[in-house]
Amino acid sequence: MNEPVLSVRDLTVEFVTRRGTLRAIDAISFDIAPGEVLGVVGESGAGKSLTGTAVIGLLEPPGRIAGGEIRLSGRRIDDLPPGEMRRLRGKRIGMVFQDPLTSLNPLFRVGDQLVETIMTHLPVTKEEARKRAIDLLAEVGIPAPERRIDGWPHEFSGGMRQRVVLALALCAEPDLVIADEPTTALDVSVQAQIIALLKRLCRERGTAVMLITHDMGVIAETADRVAVMYAGRIVEIGPVREVVKNPQHPYAKGLMGSIPSLEESRERLLQIEGSMPRLAAIPKGCAFHPRCPHAFARCHVEKPVLLESGAGRVACWLYDGDTVARAETAA
Amino acid sequence: MLAFILRRLMQSVLVLLSVALIAFAMFRFVGDPVNQLVSLDTPAEQVRQIRESLGLDDPVIVQFLRYVANAAQMEFGISYQFRQPVTTLLAERAPATLELAFVSALFSLLVGIPMGVYTALRRDGVLARVFQAVSLVGVSLPTFLIGILLIYLFAVTLGWLPSFGRGETVKISGSWSTGLLTWSGLKALVLPAVTLGLFQMTLIMRLVRAEMLEVLRTDYIKFARARGLSTRAVHFGHALKNTLVPVITIAGLQLGSIIAFAIITETVFQWPGMGVLFLKAVQNVDIPIMAAYLVMISALFVVINLAVDLLYAMVDPRLRATLKGA
Repeated sequence: MNEPVLSVRDLTVEFVTRRGTLRAIDAISFDIAPGEVLGVVGESGAGKSLTGTAVIGLLEPPGRIAGGEIRLSGRRIDDLPPGEMRRLRGKRIGMVFQDPLTSLNPLFRVGDQLVETIMTHLPVTKEEARKRAIDLLAEVGIPAPERRIDGWPHEFSGGMRQRVVLALALCAEPDLVIADEPTTALDVSVQAQIIALLKRLCRERGTAVMLITHDMGVIAETADRVAVMYAGRIVEIGPVREVVKNPQHPYAKGLMGSIPSLEESRERLLQIEGSMPRLAAIPKGCAFHPRCPHAFARCHVEKPVLLESGAGRVACWLYDGDTVARAETAA
Repeated sequence: MLAFILRRLMQSVLVLLSVALIAFAMFRFVGDPVNQLVSLDTPAEQVRQIRESLGLDDPVIVQFLRYVANAAQMEFGISYQFRQPVTTLLAERAPATLELAFVSALFSLLVGIPMGVYTALRRDGVLARVFQAVSLVGVSLPTFLIGILLIYLFAVTLGWLPSFGRGETVKISGSWSTGLLTWSGLKALVLPAVTLGLFQMTLIMRLVRAEMLEVLRTDYIKFARARGLSTRAVHFGHALKNTLVPVITIAGLQLGSIIAFAIITETVFQWPGMGVLFLKAVQNVDIPIMAAYLVMISALFVVINLAVDLLYAMVDPRLRATLKGA
């Protein structure tokens, strides 16, 4: 594999509040290769969306990047001045948000929003931008694009609007698209279409995707690799097949076990006891240890690092060579 | 759209009819109008004749319809105190009030909107905090006090601007006398316009600020940023347009109240407008003027409301769609 499109190292995001500094993302690292789809899963509040927001440089105060670095095709981007970062957004990194109903400005025609974005990033005339906008709309599957381009957002259905949003995110041919829960707000029947469209568009262009979702079905279908997040940390990252079929981390196991399956008919779905800690009360050591059925002394004091395990990497002391050795001796 | 306008016009007519009814009722509440016209020693026969000639012994409903018919032709009767047609009196003074109202509305919009946008974008800036504090003063101090303070500062102490009157006026197109074309007229306009517009300006500023902050939090602004649009395009293209939708409504209604409440400012500055005329009418129980003023102001409100609704539809495409469907 050549140089990754996105390389995140020890990224830490903090919120400075009156009652102290809250660490929302705790030293996470991951890479996305060109054309690769990385799924990011986790519960609400695990830091998935925040990671995406930090990468595209749209953290709002009091949130700030407190450490680590983000590289786009090898070039560091987390310390760029705001003007340069802005020129990167939309051009090199596109973003798709959750709710297509609110992502488009209701007072501007769909075409005007496309033309505006295209002309911001590419040296084209208004006519060329408009032509490109029509082509894009056709490509994302909007029927009669030369007519619909002059429509208002409220004249489009949710699925159609998300197609427009995709067109907007892809209009300058970015290297990376961050899709933040792109299908959560859509009907199930439309979800599959949008995911298929996102996959096709990115494959054709060789665009890498960071797909943030809590829908394991979407991940299993779409992603090449998947990162599981818990309380602001990546607990497991690896090829999607491995993580879904054979999760290593106790949290990932619980997560996969809680997916209903058509083939097996279990009495009850697995359930992870308790709930994710609040940011102000993340436990010492492994953040998951209070809920972990396998927790032992070390988990209470030492924060686990990502360890090689099978095809992926896991942040769990269960997989540390020392621990395994010690456990074996004890037995 | 046409159906909407027609329906709104129908509603407007209803509103105006009810206002006319109230105005008409005023005549009957303050006693027999004939007593205002005759002296104590007028023979009873003559009183009867006057009563008949004025149509005062017709049934109430006939009198009301006659009043409405006359009002529709801008005919509001004769003022008791001036013995002149009310329409002429109001028409003489309308330019002064309308110019004052227009200039202060313009002032409140041209200053209020940029200040609101500024305070929203630089929420924690020093200047933004100053604006916020000053706006509190504007909202809470009564108009007459602001007027007197301004007179004290700029007319009495500094002597830059006149403290009363309209200055020189010029007649244009026959009956409209304007103070906008002479230097002294413009100078005389400054203090009253600021006094009258200050409250509206602070109101608009605070409204624009609140709306803008609200809009800046929306997904489409976040998405506009994520697409790499310039800060200027995001703030002044996308955010401002969305901010202005509710501002249009408030600003329109405020224009109506500026005209209606010019009374106080006109009194403080001895501005020869309709407000002063109205106050004199109240003091002298000059019902025809009061009634005509009431009808006229409400007509103005109705017209402004209609204009606001149409403007609204022009800005917001979603509304246009609902109107088309209606």
